[in-house]
Amino acid sequence: MSNIKHLLNGIIKENPTLVLVLGTCPTLAVTTAAENGIGMGAATTFVLVFSNLFIALLKNLIPDKVRIAAFILVIATFVTIVDLVMKAFVPALYATLGIFIPLIVVNCIILGRAEAFAQKNKPIPAILDGIGMGLGFTLALTVMASVRELLGNGTIFNIPILPEGSTTILIFILPPGAFITYGYLIAIMNRFKAKYN
Amino acid sequence: MAKKLESNLRNMILSLMIISVVMSAALGYVYLLTKGPIEAANKQKEVSAVTEVIPAFDNDPTTSSKIIDGLTFYEGTKDGKLVGTAVKTFTEKGFSGRFDMMVGFLPDGTINKTTVIEHKETPGLGSKMTNPKFKDQFNGKKPSEFKMKVKKDGGQVDAITAATISSRAYCDGIQKAYDLYMTNYVNNTPDSADTVEMKGVTQ
Repeated sequence: MSNIKHLLNGIIKENPTLVLVLGTCPTLAVTTAAENGIGMGAATTFVLVFSNLFIALLKNLIPDKVRIAAFILVIATFVTIVDLVMKAFVPALYATLGIFIPLIVVNCIILGRAEAFAQKNKPIPAILDGIGMGLGFTLALTVMASVRELLGNGTIFNIPILPEGSTTILIFILPPGAFITYGYLIAIMNRFKAKYN
Repeated sequence: MAKKLESNLRNMILSLMIISVVMSAALGYVYLLTKGPIEAANKQKEVSAVTEVIPAFDNDPTTSSKIIDGLTFYEGTKDGKLVGTAVKTFTEKGFSGRFDMMVGFLPDGTINKTTVIEHKETPGLGSKMTNPKFKDQFNGKKPSEFKMKVKKDGGQVDAITAATISSRAYCDGIQKAYDLYMTNYVNNTPDSADTVEMKGVTQ
């Protein structure tokens, strides 16, 4: 039962993007199209799950004073794996996400979960926490990217939603639109949490 | 539960060293696994861009490609006859810096088709240069008779609304490819079998 709690924790209660406000840089930068949101979310989830698992397994072998260095080594390895695999099998998505894939190394969500959760827990809860956090991140990114893509470009996942020729609000796919959308999503999330707590 | 390792010098060095060695080995292995697919994906990208911009060909243009002044030239032949040359060109004048394009020329220097290979232009603004509405206006044009500049600058190119910089950059990329193509292929003394048919073609 508590395992399910670990899984759900990341999706609503401690959603990394909308509640903990971690990993803001990729959130603001890549959410110009719903496809990018899913791609970035999937890459981050993969890294989160494996780094959480390895850190939970290795926690007793890592002396406290060098733990951050050791965590970064583990995280960087998995990020490089994602980087290579994406380059090989989804080159088009890799091209749009570009620099933000290598930058997952410094995404606070991953180091944050390693420090706050994985190093204090057993491998199974650590994996579930990774999946939950990853899903929460993916979900938030996809929702945000869909809103921006719809308002700014009239499409979601490149499928036209608004009728051809209708005026779109261009600012939503530009950087200021990222902040505006992000702010509204956090507000909605707070409202939602206040109501159901 | 086993006790945590004490933070003394020996433990710290050992622990970090073992983790680094294991992780590097894992990375080396993944690198070997993905090396082939990455090369194939890169080649596929070039081939599909070449296919898009020149008429149907039956050779493998990537094996005979040559690099002149930083641009790559791919020759497409059909039954041994040159049908078109795709030039991989670039511009650094894009709104977000450099982007790569592929321009296909027919043997007489007419633009067949153009396409963008990779770009970082603003989505919804500059990225509209990949729409047929913009890029198809170059098809069948000869840069010697067609002023490769946006109308605002006194040329004949319809710029994308609110993305004049990207439109200018697009023209710049084509112009660069055209100039090199003309000096090396059309105006030059033909030096290989492939270029013989172009003899006598005037600009």
